[in-house]
Amino acid sequence: MSANLQLYPDGRLRHLLTLDGLPARILTQILDTAAGFLSVTEQEVKKVPLLRGKAIFNLFFEPSTRTRTTFEIAAKRLSADVLNLNIATSSQTKGETLLDTVANLAAMHADMFVVRHSSSGAAHLIARQVAPHIHVVNAGDGRHAHPTQGLLDMYTIRHYKGGFHNLRVAVVGDILHSRVARSQINALTTLGCPEVRAVGPKTLMPRDAESLGVHVHTSLESGIRDVDVVMMLRLQNERMQGALLPSPQEYYKYWGLTPEKLKLAKPDAIVMHPGPMNRGVEIDSNVADGGQSVILPQVTFGIAVRMAVMSILAGGEMGVKSEKCYAAMMHRDPTALHRP
Amino acid sequence: MPLPAPTELIDRLAEQIRPWLTPENEVSAQAKVSEANVRSGPSPCALVGIHTGGVWVMDELAARLGAGLPQGTLDIAFYRDDFSRIGLHPEVKPSRIPFEVEGRRILIVDDVLYTGRTVRAAMNQLFDYGRPAAIRLAVLVDRGGRELPICPDYVGLRLELGEGRHLSLEKDASGALRLAEKGPAA
Repeated sequence: MSANLQLYPDGRLRHLLTLDGLPARILTQILDTAAGFLSVTEQEVKKVPLLRGKAIFNLFFEPSTRTRTTFEIAAKRLSADVLNLNIATSSQTKGETLLDTVANLAAMHADMFVVRHSSSGAAHLIARQVAPHIHVVNAGDGRHAHPTQGLLDMYTIRHYKGGFHNLRVAVVGDILHSRVARSQINALTTLGCPEVRAVGPKTLMPRDAESLGVHVHTSLESGIRDVDVVMMLRLQNERMQGALLPSPQEYYKYWGLTPEKLKLAKPDAIVMHPGPMNRGVEIDSNVADGGQSVILPQVTFGIAVRMAVMSILAGGEMGVKSEKCYAAMMHRDPTALHRP
Repeated sequence: MPLPAPTELIDRLAEQIRPWLTPENEVSAQAKVSEANVRSGPSPCALVGIHTGGVWVMDELAARLGAGLPQGTLDIAFYRDDFSRIGLHPEVKPSRIPFEVEGRRILIVDDVLYTGRTVRAAMNQLFDYGRPAAIRLAVLVDRGGRELPICPDYVGLRLELGEGRHLSLEKDASGALRLAEKGPAA
């Protein structure tokens, strides 16, 4: 269902909501396009005119500085007009519903919504309601998905490892609460990574983890042995409910990635982290700042990946409006026309 | 219609371009304008090929014009004027301009010149790297059909092809270049 919602009938990307079910062809197209955008930063004018005249609304119903900033920079480098709305602090507190908020913003001639929400499925809900020319990018919804993070992680792996087909990759930490982990696992599987490991304490491991196609490890030592890539997750304190964990100190003792533990991985293994890091909890400073860390390049690649996603979504609209795929789309969702 | 071998056309282009590399005439003309130019001599030049065919032609030209000539490549996908109609080109290649554009004389190289829209995009992109002293245009084939006021300085071959015809430069597995013409007969 979400794959259908995300794609036009002719197979092109309409919204980016989740990496689950997206074909490898689209993931690869995004990564290839991002490589082109990376060279824009070498220009004196670090901007291209692709999205001139488009209005992109960053709708952040949940606080996030880094993700919002990288989306904002990406949109500005594409010459779009960007509006940032921190909705937790505005209309929602006055009782307006999510869809009313979105309908009002659409009436201000938005072309794209970048949505971050604490509820899983919020971006899908918006995507189902918007007019056909509006695109939705999920910038993180509840525990569900964070597709652009997953994509920038894939870009990083491909950049340093050349591909996915011979890799052993460990995703380490709070798998249960992590939308990042879900997106990473979906993308790695689709792109043909032969061994993906979910590594974390039993209390932070989803019961259905194995059904995602991963190997479950409940010890850090066995989980990162001989891997090519270690993808650390953030310990999400604000999402922790009940007594799933002892203290941060205790977590560090068993699950913190230290230089000694990293020696279990392959000597040329890279270490990734989506940020913000809890130094001394899930990752030791000597690893975070060490030679195997690619955490800062991840941030740089993230801008190029978000430029790629936004430009792939926003391009070719006149074609869509005039061609039969538009008619097919309207047929499938007849209510869309009556929405602002 | 048999099309000439690209290598012959590139030989022809290289001979036309050679005087531009050491432009004694241009230097004296510039010297009248500015004394600074007399002291610093002619501005340095560089070749810039447009992906993909233009880069192939540039590589061949560089082999004939001598080493030491800086080379850059542009993929104009992000500067196209038909983005909102047809979207982003599916295969974007990174652009690489490994030299200072500011104050440099630049030769843009492309394979087939048609509407002129690609060259317009390339010039816009180049200006986002800096302000060149001058830009010239070399094309393997000028096939007519211009939609913008763009005129090449160096041309390997001039043709008048009908609107429905498609002319492109291809490279086979052995690396040999070939011109291919497709579409309904005029």
